[in-house]
Amino acid sequence: MADFQSLDVLRRSASTETTPQIRAHPEVAKLIDVSRCIGCKACQAACMEWNDLRDDVGYFEGSYNNPGDLDPSTWTLMRFTEWEDPKGNLEWLIRKDGCMHCAEPGCLEACPSPGAIVQYANGIVDFISENCIGCGYCVKGCPFNIPRISQADHKAYKCTLCSDRVAVGMEPACVKACPTGAILFGTKSDMTAWAGERVEDLKSRGFDEAGLYDPAGVGGTHVMYVLHHADTPSIYAGLPDQPSISPVVQAWKGVMKPIAMAGLAFTAVVGFVHWMVAGPNEVQPEDEARGRDVLNEKQP
Amino acid sequence: MRQPPGTLARYTTVARLNHWITAALLILLALSGMALFHPSLFFLTNLFGGGSYTRAIHPWFGTVLLLSFVLLFIRFARHNLWERDDTRWIGSIRSVLANDEEHAPEVGRYNAGQKLVFWSMTLLILMLFASGIVVWDTYFFPYSTIGQKRFAQLVHSVAAVAIIGIWIVHVYAALWVRGSVQAMTRGVVSAGWSWRHHRKWLRETAHHRATGE
Repeated sequence: MADFQSLDVLRRSASTETTPQIRAHPEVAKLIDVSRCIGCKACQAACMEWNDLRDDVGYFEGSYNNPGDLDPSTWTLMRFTEWEDPKGNLEWLIRKDGCMHCAEPGCLEACPSPGAIVQYANGIVDFISENCIGCGYCVKGCPFNIPRISQADHKAYKCTLCSDRVAVGMEPACVKACPTGAILFGTKSDMTAWAGERVEDLKSRGFDEAGLYDPAGVGGTHVMYVLHHADTPSIYAGLPDQPSISPVVQAWKGVMKPIAMAGLAFTAVVGFVHWMVAGPNEVQPEDEARGRDVLNEKQP
Repeated sequence: MRQPPGTLARYTTVARLNHWITAALLILLALSGMALFHPSLFFLTNLFGGGSYTRAIHPWFGTVLLLSFVLLFIRFARHNLWERDDTRWIGSIRSVLANDEEHAPEVGRYNAGQKLVFWSMTLLILMLFASGIVVWDTYFFPYSTIGQKRFAQLVHSVAAVAIIGIWIVHVYAALWVRGSVQAMTRGVVSAGWSWRHHRKWLRETAHHRATGE
């Protein structure tokens, strides 16, 4: 099992059991202040080191993004964007990408394997690899395009928010490594309050649209951003403006399941009732006689 | 093949084998697919050696089913072309369901209900294979967007539920119309069965026999 106790599980994929409610848990959050990030990638290195992951060495493809995308061994990635504001000033937007730890996780909603994805009561969404069957449904469920399936073991991987560290009272590795204080970790209420101060500060410096990214479409997230342009999150390397679980996924994982089961059961019941009412359609002796007549060329 | 007197050959041995291979695969696909569709049915993955094995083998079942069904399609398609009488037969479906076929038009090798099952199966298998390829991540992940994969997954599950429904109808009809199952197990049907359910086909077969074909 995971590093938390079962008492700490709030949601469990593909499961109907009631989760334990007896303990009061403060929600945690990681706050990424994009305006204070210098793009040093210390968080990426710390993530690799703590989780003991080494990606293959790739190729330079004309971008500071290194590697080029999230992958099974890269759970967090600095994404660099050169953006011109309406006045023509160049801004270098740097966003640390990774799992947002949604309050309403699309991955968990889509997962068919009991207990392969759990949400702890503190808000962390974790993949329990031993239960993962590698179907890729989490990839379809995620509104942020985060999970990656490994071709080595056919399991899904993503940021754990260092659930193993948090479980023993430590902050995530990326937070510990950040040299500018751009990544902070604490209770969600503390982080929201601190973000409020940061947003005020940014506004006083001319970033009128500064704000906190904690999208309501997924019930809020446990990784939040302070953005200087919170009105257009998508300029930060495609951060979704209004993320939510796709209606297609909701149809497939929501209404479709009971309707399908009821529909099939109904079809079988109709068959049974027909059998009760009409009974079997049996060949009668006179059918046999007339059939043989035809076969023997005595056309009736 | 020597056949008992008073019977008609309906399916060759190869056709029957072809049918039952397809049938077995459809059942394996339904079980493994339902296991991944509804959490309450996840226990069915135990039949296939666990979740990962189920995930891995399901698309291979599908691939083999497609190949098997293509042969079945080539074998049966020309007998399933829609005719004017089929529409009339559907018009008298109420009396057919009440086990009274005398008032329906005489039926050839297949009745309209069987033809509808055939074409539904054909259409749904094509939909299932096409959408299944899109979500077969092991080999085809890079070739579609996540939006397309979501859509394919929905199409795949809707089509799968539909084909299981068609399968229930197909199996029920075979059990309800007595003497039909042996057509597909032993390959022969009685003259009485043919007279009652496929009279036009009986006349044609008798004519072919008389003219020495």
